[in-house]
Amino acid sequence: MADQRREVFITGIGIVSALGEGLDAHWQKLSEAKPAADTATFAPCVVHPIVAIDFDKQIPKKGDQRQMEPWQRIGTYAAGLALENAGIKGNAELTGRMDMIIAAGGGERDATVDGAILTGMPGAADKDQFINERLMSDLRPTLFLAQLSNLLAGNISIVHGVTGSSRTFMGEEPSGVDAVRIALSRIQAGQSDITLVGGAHNGERKDLLMLYTSGGYTLKDKYGPVWDRAAQGGGFALGSLGAFLVLESREHAQARGAVPIARLSSVAADSTRRKPGAITDSLDKLWGKIAGTVDGKHAAFISGATGAEAATTEEKAFLAKHSALPVRATGSHIGHGMEPQFAMNIALAALALKHGKLFPPVADGSGIEQPMNGSLAQAVVTGVGHWRGEGLALVEAAN
Amino acid sequence: MTMRDKKGRPVVVVTGMGVVTSLGAGKADNWKNLSAGNSGIRAIKRFSTEGLKTKMAGAVDFVPFDPPSAAELSERLAELAAEEAVSEAGLGSKGSFPGPLFLAVAPIELEWPQRESLAVAAGSNGAITYDDLIRSASTGKFGNIHERYVFGSVGHHLADKFGTQGSPISLSTACASGASAIQLGLEAIRRGETDAALCIATDGSVNPESLVRFSLLSALSTQNDNPSEASKPFSKNRDGFVMAEGAGALVLESYDSAKARGAKILGVLEGCGELADSFHRTRSSPDGKPVIGCMRKAMTDAGITPEDVDYVNAHGTSTPENDKMEAMSTSAVFGERMKTLPISSNKSMIGHTLSAAGAVEAVITLMTLQHQRIPPTINYKVPDPTIMLDVVPNVARDAKMRRAISNSFGFGGQNVSLVLAREPAA
Repeated sequence: MADQRREVFITGIGIVSALGEGLDAHWQKLSEAKPAADTATFAPCVVHPIVAIDFDKQIPKKGDQRQMEPWQRIGTYAAGLALENAGIKGNAELTGRMDMIIAAGGGERDATVDGAILTGMPGAADKDQFINERLMSDLRPTLFLAQLSNLLAGNISIVHGVTGSSRTFMGEEPSGVDAVRIALSRIQAGQSDITLVGGAHNGERKDLLMLYTSGGYTLKDKYGPVWDRAAQGGGFALGSLGAFLVLESREHAQARGAVPIARLSSVAADSTRRKPGAITDSLDKLWGKIAGTVDGKHAAFISGATGAEAATTEEKAFLAKHSALPVRATGSHIGHGMEPQFAMNIALAALALKHGKLFPPVADGSGIEQPMNGSLAQAVVTGVGHWRGEGLALVEAAN
Repeated sequence: MTMRDKKGRPVVVVTGMGVVTSLGAGKADNWKNLSAGNSGIRAIKRFSTEGLKTKMAGAVDFVPFDPPSAAELSERLAELAAEEAVSEAGLGSKGSFPGPLFLAVAPIELEWPQRESLAVAAGSNGAITYDDLIRSASTGKFGNIHERYVFGSVGHHLADKFGTQGSPISLSTACASGASAIQLGLEAIRRGETDAALCIATDGSVNPESLVRFSLLSALSTQNDNPSEASKPFSKNRDGFVMAEGAGALVLESYDSAKARGAKILGVLEGCGELADSFHRTRSSPDGKPVIGCMRKAMTDAGITPEDVDYVNAHGTSTPENDKMEAMSTSAVFGERMKTLPISSNKSMIGHTLSAAGAVEAVITLMTLQHQRIPPTINYKVPDPTIMLDVVPNVARDAKMRRAISNSFGFGGQNVSLVLAREPAA
């Protein structure tokens, strides 16, 4: 079966995050290795805000921008960058048959309306009627469309004309792993020739910070690199980011003269019921699915470690079993973008492979990240969900 | 010998089905009510509708759930439907299903009772803001909120309960979600990754804010006086859809696997078609091109022609725009034949089960083929002269049918069509 599978290239990348916009800006910032975060704006929660974006460049109609909340704008923008990078933006014939799989959350709230209702509830004669009436009069009709998970995909169809197919996966980190996994499997099996896959996240949202804080998962008060948070009890700093990949069969890419950035060789995922040791076991099993093809001398881990205590500690135990491979956790730089984080890390792995070398380590007390001197030909991307889901991807140099 | 379709792919069949709607739990009750032309639409009793424009729904009120939230009810409904499907299929063992889970579910969100509890715990005397809610959340007393309201919550709980394999996929393609879940299962079996898949679609989101959202988009019927007559697809006086709850579940299996273990084959999933629409966020392209293309892609995928289709299970929401567009598009696809090709809308009786609709209606379509009887489009009293269709008005009809198409269309330009057929030997 394996030998019948088609080879799949990454032929376009669109990324935007706290580090900037596009591949070069990310490479430059990663090379500086001076991560930072915002500890003030959403205090006590720490976040990685997105850079300023001129949305007009990818979403020319103001009317379209107005119909979106920030997470959709970030995503539609990043999708445009990916199509542009792949050289297919505006190619209606191609985008008209291009498949799309998106990993999304959603539900961006109107904090002002929510606050006003909660403030008024205790004094209302009939609480239910009060909520009904306020919602009917105060909610913007189009807010719903900015909340629906599948409307990032809908906006990409409208703005960029990607209409071959459109599927939206939900469910935090594993939805991002599965989006890339299914996109890859479909192309390998001949069910698709070219697929746009990725997602977007707005971490600068108090409703999300509230949700993750209720589970004790958010990083508070002080920023530190993801490996160095145990002393504060761990936690992730949400990051705002958008990440899209254009995945394409070798045949399709060659026929249109596309230059591959990297090869996406495999994605493996599982979802273990969490108990002590379960994450490490799960990663060990996934490693078994790709290990035979990893060459220790020219390979590295691009880790999606979030900083969430249990998941990060168990991932460390897994990584320690493969200490010949240098490790980089991108979350220290860009924060935790939840659904699109895996696609983002595949993008950053492809970026390093394109440069033929790994970016430098972040200096912290943990010593987990060590310099890499040789050239880079393979990157293993990890994606361990803070609550559920484990994933690994193998990304390789295209040549 | 391996059973392959015309394109050399494994043939995919259905070996278990389950369904819950406002008409009841289980296939038997639903079929009885659907073939009798009964409506499950009622005045809403679950919460106060004071101040709302629409006061009725196809809510499932016979399934207890706590805490009060769409996530919780969606999970309960999905469990019921999946238990019926898995038990009928007789595949795997209790708590161990030998394939992946594909779940269509409405986006999970925290609702007003939870927000209120956080606000109260904050003990603020002044204006409440999210900073107060975060302060409450920080106390560690609301840990259950995280697990219930993450987007993966329902899917992971179902995966645990039914013991499905690998990473469970939760998906949304709005009102086409149920069909998309089935499509993902079909593709996984065709790829040879698995011999079986559990496809579930569920929706339990009849709550004030969801009603308000659809009301603000003018999508809902406001004919509250006689709820059972509010959903009237293809009628001239249709004025919007009726929100509803329900769940559908299907066990998909390769024909070979089903035959090898002597399983009863309930139907064949011959093909799926999908095409997105770039026209508008909530409206379909007025030329019908994406929907026409979607149905044609489904038939191409199944290796059939329009002449091979005996019945269309319509999306048929009862909104002015959908029904007009669907009538035009089916006429374009089936030509002159469309005047006599039966097309009916289950939504006339069960309302629009939203994320669940694609799977609920796939189950009903397969029951339609099994029983050789077409559930009617009820409330068809004032024909729309611009819609010249045989909508199987008001009364169920016996018919010889070999194959059907089931349509699902959603906000965000989502279109999916399924081609379903009777078991080859039937």
